[in-house]
Amino acid sequence: MKICTLNELYVGERAVVKALDTKGAMRRRLLDIGLCCGARVECVSRSPLGDPSAYLIRGAVIAIRAADCRGVIVRRI
Amino acid sequence: MGLTANSTGARLIKIQTAERSQKNQKLIALAGNPNVGKSTVFNALTGLHQHTGNWAGKTVAAAVGEFSTQNYSYALADLPGTYSLLAHSAEEEAARNFICFARLEAVVVVCDATCLERGLNLVLQITEICPKTVVCVNLIDEAKRRGIEVDLKALEENLGVPVVGTNAHDKRTLKRLTRSLDELCGGTLSTKPRKLRYIRPIEDAISLIEPLLKERVNCPIPPRRTALALLDDDLEFTREIEKSAGMRLSEDSEISAAVKQARDLLLQNDITAEILKDRIVSCIMLNVEEALDGAVKRTDRRVSKADKILTSKIFGFPLMILMLLIVFWITIVGANYPSELLSRGLFWLGDRLGKLMTFLNAPEWLSGLLVDGAYRVLAWVVAVMLPPMAIFFPLFTLLEDLGYLPRVAYNLDKPFAKCKACGKQALTMCMGFGCNAAGIVGCRIIDSKRERLIAMLTNVFVPCNGRFPMIITIITLYFVSASGFAGSLLSALALTAVILLGVLTTFGVSRLLSATILKGEPSSFTLELPPFRKPQVGKILARSLLDRTVFVLGRAAAVAAPAGAVIWILANVTIGDMTLLSHITGFFDPFARFIGLDGVIFTAFLLGLPANEIVIPLIIMSYMQLGSLSELAPAQMFELFSANGWTPVTAVCVIIFTLMHFPCSTSLLTLKKEAGGWKWAALSFVLPTICGMISCAIITNLSKFFVG
Repeated sequence: MKICTLNELYVGERAVVKALDTKGAMRRRLLDIGLCCGARVECVSRSPLGDPSAYLIRGAVIAIRAADCRGVIVRRI
Repeated sequence: MGLTANSTGARLIKIQTAERSQKNQKLIALAGNPNVGKSTVFNALTGLHQHTGNWAGKTVAAAVGEFSTQNYSYALADLPGTYSLLAHSAEEEAARNFICFARLEAVVVVCDATCLERGLNLVLQITEICPKTVVCVNLIDEAKRRGIEVDLKALEENLGVPVVGTNAHDKRTLKRLTRSLDELCGGTLSTKPRKLRYIRPIEDAISLIEPLLKERVNCPIPPRRTALALLDDDLEFTREIEKSAGMRLSEDSEISAAVKQARDLLLQNDITAEILKDRIVSCIMLNVEEALDGAVKRTDRRVSKADKILTSKIFGFPLMILMLLIVFWITIVGANYPSELLSRGLFWLGDRLGKLMTFLNAPEWLSGLLVDGAYRVLAWVVAVMLPPMAIFFPLFTLLEDLGYLPRVAYNLDKPFAKCKACGKQALTMCMGFGCNAAGIVGCRIIDSKRERLIAMLTNVFVPCNGRFPMIITIITLYFVSASGFAGSLLSALALTAVILLGVLTTFGVSRLLSATILKGEPSSFTLELPPFRKPQVGKILARSLLDRTVFVLGRAAAVAAPAGAVIWILANVTIGDMTLLSHITGFFDPFARFIGLDGVIFTAFLLGLPANEIVIPLIIMSYMQLGSLSELAPAQMFELFSANGWTPVTAVCVIIFTLMHFPCSTSLLTLKKEAGGWKWAALSFVLPTICGMISCAIITNLSKFFVG
């Protein structure tokens, strides 16, 4: 269960990005914010309605929707 | 048009020509990630006021400002905030083209000291193209406070370009930046930027093309970068390079052959076109990590306690509503007294003007038209509009500066996503509570055009400052009999219900729009939650008053005066034995009654197009057959309305129609400008009006059915 998608991380869990399984605009957005292979992320909070969640990525906290996180494959650490 | 290529591009071209006309000025560009205080640096350097806020993506079109040091005078272009120069969006493309082809003397890249990785990602891409770069590590104090130590010397060594630490709020720290610029432009300081290194196969592929380009292409772009653009099949960039070099690269057979050979080499290493893009990004990140090596010591950022509470399941929404209520309460209560003072002063001046007209022997109609009509309505609009705006906008800007607003978007994104809209619409909606026109301008922060249009078209469903007092007046007249604290609490609850209705309608109509004329899937949504920042009170006041209040007031006043003249004519010119106004109200009466209003109310809404604040005075004026706008005490108002057939059902319909009808002229003008066409303005006129009419018709006819 070490490999999962980003949206499956619980608050407080950390992971390393293994692959991006998205295309087009979302892929570029994810790369822009630093979510490329090898990047470390931590899920830091979930919004009151359960979506989106906030992730600590390279020093910045960024909210991403679960639907968009499904394309980010990570390995828990 | 907001964020489109058109507006950014056009503006940039203008800057380039402007630069050529002033040869002695040194053109430099200010680049950086969104929300790193770039605009603050810009303002501090140039003194030009530009709106800054604590959220990503604020600079919409590049602005240009000037400043001088002892040695040189500079023209500084503020580029749109970008994360990289790989040009995925219109802003990135604009920024990249500007850096590449504007013949810059130097580039200043602003980085956020608390988030250097992302900043350096951009820095390395920029220094690759323009070696004359100064890196400005901003917010260095804040980083220190959060346990992040940046060793500027080490960073400078790693990057090979000058690095200065600044706190843009503290002008003295900018001295270092201007000194570095002077040295760089004067040639007393040379740079040796860190080279971006890629993985072996990509390097090999580049080296197949690079020498050829060096030999044959005359262009300001380093051949290495051009080679990468060719490999990556970056058509836009290649086109720009070809334009600059004055030749078609693809028509050069040797270059094409080399590119093909290089691509084959990549394929042999399993690097397809799509993988190549990823590898490039990953490689740059690896370079960033190397560049940061030994330069940053940090204890990782934790989510602050305040953040945990503000976005928690239990407190998130109550706190948000509470915050909204407090803002309204301060606005409404605080505006009362200055409003009264202002109206007394302005009306006193109006009396004097009237006397002056008599003194000058002006004909009665002229004095009526100008003083009782145009001036009186203008004074009325200013008196009721200015104080609430002057209170609401600073409060709103305070929340914006603090960084609370992105949390609101974070909390509210889910329902908006369900409507296939953008969570940032929550912010523009909140701004709409102050003024719909300001809310519509605020929609620029939404990236996708479809979602931006949805946000603009539905903004009017939240009542603005101009409509609040009206809704409150009618609530207190018809539904709250208690007085004192209990009364104001009840009115507050009733008001909240009206607001919630507005918010729900926003969701409903957003959903409807994205299922019909603005069809589409929600675009990718990434929203940065910046750390809370200490707001700068002085700047907030200046900015919100100058940028927002004066802007909105100006647009309203421009329409109010002529509308005042028209109103006066309607109320004072008679045909047969009735005024024009009575003819009009009579004409609309049957239809208006069908939707629970009457001809007078409906006409008042129509004539209240310049500002909703004058709707109630217009109603009073019509009922009492007066020649100009007037006010009444609540008890008399209740009597007058009831004598003209108002029932509680009428009151409900008036409230609903206040909430849902055509936007004011200021909003319409703004929407036309922002959305780029009268078509959208027309839609924004029709859409809420239909919603309001249908709701009112249902309510009246149901109540007739049940009550009889």
